[in-house]
Amino acid sequence: MTAETRPVSAPTQVVPDAVHPTVSPTVPVAVASAQTPDPATVEAEAASPAGPTRPTRPTASGMPWRVTKTIGASAGPVLGAFAGAIALWYAITYLVLPEGRRFLLPPPHQVLTESVLDWSKVQPMLEALTLTAQVAMTGLAIAVVLGVGQAILMSQARWLEKSLYPYAVVLQTIPILALVPLIGLWFGFGFTSRVIVCVIIALFPMISNTLFGIQSAEPAAHDLFTLNKATRAQRLWKLQMPAAVPSMFAGLKISAGLAVIGAIVGDMFFRQGAPGIGSLLDVYRARVESENLLTAIGLASLFGVVVFAVFSAVDKAVMTRWYGKR
Amino acid sequence: MTAPTDVVHERIQHISQTRTLVLDDVSKTFPTGTVALTGVNLTVAAGDFVSVVGPSGCGKSTLLRLASGLDDATTGTVEVNTDSTSYVFQDPTLLQWRTAQKNVELIGELRSRSKIERRKAAQEALELVGLGGFEKQYPRQLSGGMRMRVSLARALVAEPDLFLFDEPFGALDEITRLNMQTELQRLFALKQFAGLFITHSVSEAVYLSTRVIVMSGRPGTVVADLPVPFSYPRPPELRFDPAFAELSGTVSAALEGDHR
Repeated sequence: MTAETRPVSAPTQVVPDAVHPTVSPTVPVAVASAQTPDPATVEAEAASPAGPTRPTRPTASGMPWRVTKTIGASAGPVLGAFAGAIALWYAITYLVLPEGRRFLLPPPHQVLTESVLDWSKVQPMLEALTLTAQVAMTGLAIAVVLGVGQAILMSQARWLEKSLYPYAVVLQTIPILALVPLIGLWFGFGFTSRVIVCVIIALFPMISNTLFGIQSAEPAAHDLFTLNKATRAQRLWKLQMPAAVPSMFAGLKISAGLAVIGAIVGDMFFRQGAPGIGSLLDVYRARVESENLLTAIGLASLFGVVVFAVFSAVDKAVMTRWYGKR
Repeated sequence: MTAPTDVVHERIQHISQTRTLVLDDVSKTFPTGTVALTGVNLTVAAGDFVSVVGPSGCGKSTLLRLASGLDDATTGTVEVNTDSTSYVFQDPTLLQWRTAQKNVELIGELRSRSKIERRKAAQEALELVGLGGFEKQYPRQLSGGMRMRVSLARALVAEPDLFLFDEPFGALDEITRLNMQTELQRLFALKQFAGLFITHSVSEAVYLSTRVIVMSGRPGTVVADLPVPFSYPRPPELRFDPAFAELSGTVSAALEGDHR
């Protein structure tokens, strides 16, 4: 009875999901940018035979398997580009900069020997980075809870959406630096304020993506729930929230990246307590320690890439597991 | 073939006393001013399978939404004498994050049935539409026809007295559509619900129904109400029967008559 229908219509229609387009464009980005850290990781590993920088390594295993494979396939060109960049770096240091100003861009080997390979220099950076990571993840967690909460609230009544959404947009458009003095005044110049900066920066994508997702459930599906006299809670938890999952994870990926930026910005302005990587960057700048500055920038970038890769992998895993997207 | 079908037919006749759905002088005007339906009278009783054919935009789907209570009539009365109505949508409208089984169980969840009860009911409904063994499959893993079967199972699990269909097979390919029609008339012969079926297809309407209603173009109203005498279950070959062709011709003529 079913046998005859299967071969006929099996390959015909795969209904495209309305939400999918918001997710898919970011996938190539994930692969492309995940390739860039590889030379850095290779460099870090090669540069640390005794393994003092080892703590950064487990991050590499957080990358999805497919990305790892892609890296393997395209290692040649990537390494070539890396070599080219190093060559350009040397050229600028020795050919462009006059000797007296070479401190602005010390040559790669000098950065390596004076900073990257010097545990006494790298250790405080890693400690600072750990703190920054804590700030970023705390801020992200709060942003997720607040963002999803506000989106759910707005989805429940048109007037709530109309009255709250404009403020969410406004919050997004306020230059964060303009708020820094006020945040400092209210919450002090330490961990709390750094987290608050993170939350403010990371909040909007969670709100807008969750709300979009909640509203993406098909009208016919809503009719189905209406006809079966579903309660408001049943409609929310059995239809709207599951429908929102793909865009929520797309939002999470964006917010995670923003939380890292927020944490580093927060570090720079709220200096009380242990320093974050952002504080160190400013310290190195003030002391004109270009080698350390470059190393710290490298570490901060690596952290950003790792966060992005991890959340891309989570996004992809969720989509594959529950929604059958690749 | 005639002996057992007569028995079924008699049972259908027997319970056709209940007037499950009664539309009395119903009209519907949308806020935009569009008059979708005007002066529609229609009665569907248990054991009636009524198909509605009509040109595009004649308010067929509006008629169904009024019957289901999703929309209210502007004037006239819609009387539904049952608590148990199922609605089959144009698209299967499955929740893509749920397996076939869980999609069917949804109805039980919404009606707060126990887990054991709704699981058993869902399995039975899936068996009934020929999807036994596909319980764990997600909608994306099923063909268009199979997805529509899941949708049917979900409608059946509510044990409806009134079954509303909004062109459910319109998007399927020809062969799958014919199979689904065979399946549906089998289910109707088995369950004897009151059915209201919207379609574009004259042959689909004649093949499935006990009555075919022909509607005029906008504003839609009933222009013909034709009984279909064939007994259930109806073999697929019925479509090549001269009597079938003649009746289809009558329905088509009633449709054409509107275009004068």
